[in-house]
Amino acid sequence: MQPVLRAILEPGFFSSSSVQVAAVIGAIVALASGGLGVFTVIRGQAFAGEALGDLGAAGGSSAYLIGIAPLWGFIGAAVAAAGVMELIGIQRERGRDLATGIVLGAGFGFAALFLYLGTTYHSTTGATITILFGSIFALSSSMIPLVLAFAVTALGIVVALYRPLLLSSVSPELAAARGIPVRLVGGLYLLAMALAVALSAVTIGAILSTALLVGPAATALRLTAKPGRAIITAGLLGLAAIWLGILLAYDSYYWPPQRHGWPVSFFVVTLILIAYLLAGRLPARGGNRGRQAPPPHTAGAGAAVPGGGG
Amino acid sequence: MSTEPRAAPVAGEILAVEGVTVRLGGREVLQNVGFTIRPGEFTGLIGSNGAGKTTLFRVILGLQAPSAGTVRVGGGTRSRRDPLIGYVPQKFLLDPDMPLRGRDLVGLGLDAHRLGLARPSRARRRLVDAMLDAVDARSFGDARVGQLSGGEQQRILIAHALISRPRLLLLDEPLANLDLRSGHEVVALLARIAREQQIAVLISAHEMNPLLPVMDRIVYLASGRAASGTSAEVVRSDVLTELYGHHVDVLRLHGRVIVVAGTGDDEQTAIEHTRPAAGVEIV
Repeated sequence: MQPVLRAILEPGFFSSSSVQVAAVIGAIVALASGGLGVFTVIRGQAFAGEALGDLGAAGGSSAYLIGIAPLWGFIGAAVAAAGVMELIGIQRERGRDLATGIVLGAGFGFAALFLYLGTTYHSTTGATITILFGSIFALSSSMIPLVLAFAVTALGIVVALYRPLLLSSVSPELAAARGIPVRLVGGLYLLAMALAVALSAVTIGAILSTALLVGPAATALRLTAKPGRAIITAGLLGLAAIWLGILLAYDSYYWPPQRHGWPVSFFVVTLILIAYLLAGRLPARGGNRGRQAPPPHTAGAGAAVPGGGG
Repeated sequence: MSTEPRAAPVAGEILAVEGVTVRLGGREVLQNVGFTIRPGEFTGLIGSNGAGKTTLFRVILGLQAPSAGTVRVGGGTRSRRDPLIGYVPQKFLLDPDMPLRGRDLVGLGLDAHRLGLARPSRARRRLVDAMLDAVDARSFGDARVGQLSGGEQQRILIAHALISRPRLLLLDEPLANLDLRSGHEVVALLARIAREQQIAVLISAHEMNPLLPVMDRIVYLASGRAASGTSAEVVRSDVLTELYGHHVDVLRLHGRVIVVAGTGDDEQTAIEHTRPAAGVEIV
């Protein structure tokens, strides 16, 4: 037993303080991102999430340039990006791609500038990797309260708006007919998404933050037909990916090339991809109709419509 | 089920549309449209694409302010959120993997405007079950909405609209994407709901024939103007000729109606409200 355990857990895993901080912050971030991601997927806003992360990168890199904690830069820029996307018209079907595309391009432009200036000024290239691809082992335990506060805010928005948000996401028309302020609800959700993306950008990097937002959620959608359960499942899947990613990254320190650990973000994103592909192989669960069921719009699919298409 | 008291309708009307005009982008989409609907009445809002049916629905729902005229629901003026009205929109497309079961959508009809999470209770579940039964949707209530057939989705949407105990049910082109059999079943279901629960049903369609057997009244929309009454009063050559502003013939064949507009010259003759598939019904 001991050698097997030793093979999985390299010595010092649980006693390492950077692992502990990474595990705690990673858990908070994964639960928030995964949970929020279900609505991102339902609303078809994965691309918007990516744009928020990219503008977050501009914020993170500018924070690095002026010497404040990158988290503030990520949060500020992502929230500002959410505001700009709302103004351009993210909630209109045709405005959506346009709004995200413009913001995404601008985000990368600024990030390129700030990272260039930063590396020139501080004469180091580490920041580029940190901002774009994350540095979960370099996080300080002093960040935990702040990360927790932002995560609770993001999840709080979703919990408070759960029912109006769910109906607006399913059908803006149905929601509007019920008097739900669809645009306000969508705007608040965008704000919550900006917070979640900024948090996940700090841990696994700006470029990969969407993976944590959308991946576990998309996987959860395949596993359950209940909206509430999908949110919890997505949060837990994200948590599993982060923790397993941390473990593998820690172990990889002893993999070739020796004494150089592989990036956590690589493991997290790869695990998310594997989970998604595996979920697709499983027989669909929870209220699914199975593969034998006739396709929609042919009638005869249910007991109430016997006989089929007339 | 619901304990909320309902305001008694004034003079037996649940919906009164008076002199409604809507201008959008300089064009009069609706011109001086007026009609009334009483509880338990089944009314067809008939008109071709672009006649202004959806705009009229938006006005009734309070989503579009009329340029002139008033809409009164249940005797009072419109407020933004009106539990007196249940609505089934025209386009409803959900991805098959959307994590939403029929019963979830029906439950949202009860309390989607409320903040916070729904507390699961036996009463809530029983209410949703009763609603699924009322539209014969119990057997597929636990399946994902996005994987249901068009007719099944209609039933779920009707249950979603009915669960808040509205006095008026609006359905925008519910038959547009259904095959004939599913269409007949949805119409029969709606007629039963109107009769048994004394709910006024206003259903828009570009084809009136599927509705003829159950329609108490018809509101016929053409180029933004409306004529209303029983189908015998409205679907007549003289009434429709005036409405369209050019000569229109109304043909009756085996209980079906064809509205033919034009001069009689073959090339200019157009059959209104009959899709190519519906031609089969007539022959």
